[in-house]
Amino acid sequence: MMRADLNVIEPWVEPETTVLDLGCGDGTLLAYLQEKKSVLGYGLEIGEQQINECVRKGVNVIEHNLDEKDLSSFADRQFDTVIMTQALQAIRRPDRLLDEMLRLGRQGIVTFPNFGHWRCRAYLLTKGKMPVSRTLPYHWYDTPNIHLCTFNDFESLCQQKQIRILNRTVVNSEFETTRLALRWPNLFAELAIYRIAKH
Amino acid sequence: MPATFPHDSVGLVEPSVLKFDQPLALVCGKTIPQYELIVETYGSLNEQRSNAILICHALSGDHHAAGYHSEEDPKPGWWDSCIGPGKPIDTNLFYVVSLNNLGGCNGSTGPTCVNPDSGELYGPDFPIVTVKDWVESQARLADRLGIEKWAAVVGGSLGGMQALRWSLDYPERLGHAVMIASTPKLTAQNIAFNEIARKAITSDPDFHQGHYYRHDTVPTKGLMLARMIGHITYLSDESMGEKFGRDLKRQAFNFGYDVEFEVESYLNYQGKRFSKTFDANTYLLMTRALDYFDPAADFGGSLEEALSRAVCSYLVLSFSSDWRFSPERSERLVESMVKAGKRVSYAEIDAPHGHDAFLIPTPRYMAIFTAYMRRIADEVAA
Repeated sequence: MMRADLNVIEPWVEPETTVLDLGCGDGTLLAYLQEKKSVLGYGLEIGEQQINECVRKGVNVIEHNLDEKDLSSFADRQFDTVIMTQALQAIRRPDRLLDEMLRLGRQGIVTFPNFGHWRCRAYLLTKGKMPVSRTLPYHWYDTPNIHLCTFNDFESLCQQKQIRILNRTVVNSEFETTRLALRWPNLFAELAIYRIAKH
Repeated sequence: MPATFPHDSVGLVEPSVLKFDQPLALVCGKTIPQYELIVETYGSLNEQRSNAILICHALSGDHHAAGYHSEEDPKPGWWDSCIGPGKPIDTNLFYVVSLNNLGGCNGSTGPTCVNPDSGELYGPDFPIVTVKDWVESQARLADRLGIEKWAAVVGGSLGGMQALRWSLDYPERLGHAVMIASTPKLTAQNIAFNEIARKAITSDPDFHQGHYYRHDTVPTKGLMLARMIGHITYLSDESMGEKFGRDLKRQAFNFGYDVEFEVESYLNYQGKRFSKTFDANTYLLMTRALDYFDPAADFGGSLEEALSRAVCSYLVLSFSSDWRFSPERSERLVESMVKAGKRVSYAEIDAPHGHDAFLIPTPRYMAIFTAYMRRIADEVAA
């Protein structure tokens, strides 16, 4: 499977740097960055199959449950880039995780779905029910996404934490950037990929 | 008794003995003038001589890691679960070398051998060898076999410590180090258990300061006790509970102190069997090698500093119920490896068998071990 977000993230990662991928899945992103940018990458993951798949790909993977075990064992500025793709909203304390990401890494890359997308808004407005969509296919009771937010929410948190947003790429569910999404991202983009740093 | 061997067995194997005449200077300051290593190999070395795997054994292990010694052999080698055609260490892909370490009692030079200086058995005078010394002797073995670089050095428990030491002492001579159920050093509790084992042996009246051969006897009781205490640390409360529970050998209590519970019977049996086949001086030596192992100590106490010289990739595996070398210890090791910028993968396998889980082919263990070894096979074939 080719993930379109790989193309967005790749230019933000310097060659031969170190990368930590929080929740690295089957290691697709790290394998890609290893090949294209010769990075020294590590992925944290809890899924058995995903871990085996990483090993098969030659990706360094460390079994680590982010909800049970914090990242305190890693040193300040130990990595150049810390990445978290589409899991920020599923973490118990996204705010603390952002702090940790920027403690460990010189820059962070996060992606998450936009709860402010017009379809979500229209769904709630017309049906009076929590939105279920292609990017957010769960019900309120079984969703792993316990901290959904809009782009605006995320950006005010960054402001509050004095986190600088270096880049932001907004896309629809096919990872395409539409004109509408560029003009009114909080209404028309479904996913965002942010590159952030502290100071 | 397999008349024909299982299809995934390496089948009939035969050890060979290699003689080394160049003296080996040991960490303790003494020198072994000459020595022999007994070795088994499985699979075949490829043309580039790049597919060799070194197997390092644990406390009571030996060179016989896989296959059978005869048609009548009731049991295969100690790591037959992981070595053979189609197994994680696939003998269709790799040339596997397994030896009995120096100081052992299964065919390599050790306390039960004749000291050329005195013409008598070494016994307690056999110098204490350390993990570093073993690596040195294994490097010479590699030279002898014409192996410039191991595709991987692999070991469980004390064997994993040898793999780690290899990566520090001969960084260029291995592609991967696989450490299973291992640790970068023993804890006080580990050393305490070893001390009880040693005390059991040395306080046996038949021990004779280690010169029991002269008295034509063996400290059977001490060795048995040492093995019993050791054996408990290899299992988990859960696995013992599952295996024996509180089952009695007979229907009711005897109201005496003879063996009544199944678990007592099992431990006694294991201890007795072990005391008939293993040498007490070797047991003492192996436990000391464990106690002394602490590669970080050679680098100002910093494991990261020690690891900085390594160039291989690591696979570290731990088992959830292992309380001898617990997952936390592997995690600390992995953290140091990441801090030192080394390539490493780590998984904690959920298994109920305690420390011994590294010998038991549970599905997840086999899956990740196989995946990693396949990756190595692809690398060396490329």
